[in-house]
Amino acid sequence: MPGSKVVLDGDDMRRTLVRIAHEIVEKHSEPERLALVGIHRRGAVLAARLHRLLVDLLEVEIPLGDIDISFYRDDLAERREAPVVLASHVDFPVDGRTVVVVDDVLFTGRTVRAAIEALFDYGRPARVQLAVLVDRGHRELPFRADYVGKNLPTARTERVNVHVRGLDDRDEVTISDGSRRPADPTPEDA
Amino acid sequence: MQHLLSIADLDRPAITRILDRAVALTEVGEREVKKVPALRGRRVLNLFYEASTRTRASFELAAKALSADVVNFAASGSSVEKGESLKDTVLTLSAHRPDAIVIRTPWAGSAALVAGWTDAAIVNAGDGKHEHPTQALLDLHTLRQRLGDLDGAKIWIVGDVLHSRVARSNILAFRTMGAEVTVAGPPTLIPRGIEAMGCEVRTTLDDLGEADVVYALRMQHERMHQAFVPSLREYAAWYQVNSRRLRPDQVLMHPGPVNRGVELSGEVVDSPQAVITAQVAAGVVVRMAVLYEVLAGRGRGAGPTPEAGAPADVAAISEARA
Repeated sequence: MPGSKVVLDGDDMRRTLVRIAHEIVEKHSEPERLALVGIHRRGAVLAARLHRLLVDLLEVEIPLGDIDISFYRDDLAERREAPVVLASHVDFPVDGRTVVVVDDVLFTGRTVRAAIEALFDYGRPARVQLAVLVDRGHRELPFRADYVGKNLPTARTERVNVHVRGLDDRDEVTISDGSRRPADPTPEDA
Repeated sequence: MQHLLSIADLDRPAITRILDRAVALTEVGEREVKKVPALRGRRVLNLFYEASTRTRASFELAAKALSADVVNFAASGSSVEKGESLKDTVLTLSAHRPDAIVIRTPWAGSAALVAGWTDAAIVNAGDGKHEHPTQALLDLHTLRQRLGDLDGAKIWIVGDVLHSRVARSNILAFRTMGAEVTVAGPPTLIPRGIEAMGCEVRTTLDDLGEADVVYALRMQHERMHQAFVPSLREYAAWYQVNSRRLRPDQVLMHPGPVNRGVELSGEVVDSPQAVITAQVAAGVVVRMAVLYEVLAGRGRGAGPTPEAGAPADVAAISEARA
């Protein structure tokens, strides 16, 4: 695609997720209290992949959930149309667990704020951590990721496009000029 | 979408979007905290000029589950009894800056009128014999959960079609979603020219067996000012949906409240093929989806956005999604 540059290809993405999985294992001495929750849509796909890696590494079953944060957004008034909403699935008690929230891109931090608020409607986790594939900076809220796949300095106007197999035809992260629309639009990477 | 006044304003993608959102919202009721902050700080006014328990309660629960503030305004015991007109009531209540007004009246077309008098989003909760669009949406939701896709499904709407706003909204909604609709009842209770809505008309229940879904309507005595049928017993003898006329694999629906022994016999109401309680349960999630639909994208503190408003807007949104 003209005007877009590949920053992570499929192989990079796989190795990055393996590293994040190892970091999570390293930091958790009590894996039986761990849980993963992905943010729809691409964060949920990434959470499922991390989940497979973690189960292999730890040889224990780890609860996996996914949440849609549409009903927790703070920009309802600004949006021109109501978004498509997917059902959330958090079928395990979050009380007392360390929940690792997984998303594709960390940008302003508003999605993370909404995700944490949503998570608390399911109970009271002991700890919440954040894992992201890409941290592109430009935070508007005081959030920091615990596990980062790649720090990617960007201009505010640029777009970070994450493609994941399962939703897209390939695994890839690209960065493109904000003035141009990508061929297959990804959701706003907030 | 700025208002929900009629099912005719919704195309198939818009209906599908609302129903998909209702499915997503179902999970909210199963959590420890049974609400989401989507409409926090919004004001929803329930303005009811007619008796209603389930519709008003489900709108109130829906608004509260989305964290909106709800004010109920019933016409009885209010300034309406002192002779205030609908317009003056709406203008007075608009001074409280509601973001949405849910309105039910006995007058056809009143919801559309009110939409012109206020900046709030209007949700029609039944306007006389005209329409009851949220009922149609919750019926579609119930059927989708039970049958899946409605393309080619045969749906019979039976009984007092003349006085039924539910029938009008449902004929439109079922047709939009690809079902084939037949209305059946005594000729005096079938409005002339109803075929123009795209449905077939029968005056007997002889062919009721061809239906996948039987939707029985309530006999609305309160709207009957003349003798449309010789007696309720005579009506029941000819048109009651009972176990003799209904096959066990046909889905039975009714908008409630049921007149047991009139349009439905007791044993079919209590049978597993009746989805009447599922319809009631669907009311809350579908009305949540509707309130979210009309309030998402509006500036805080009401006021129509320049893009919204024209009926073409619905098509534009669905096109943008395609």
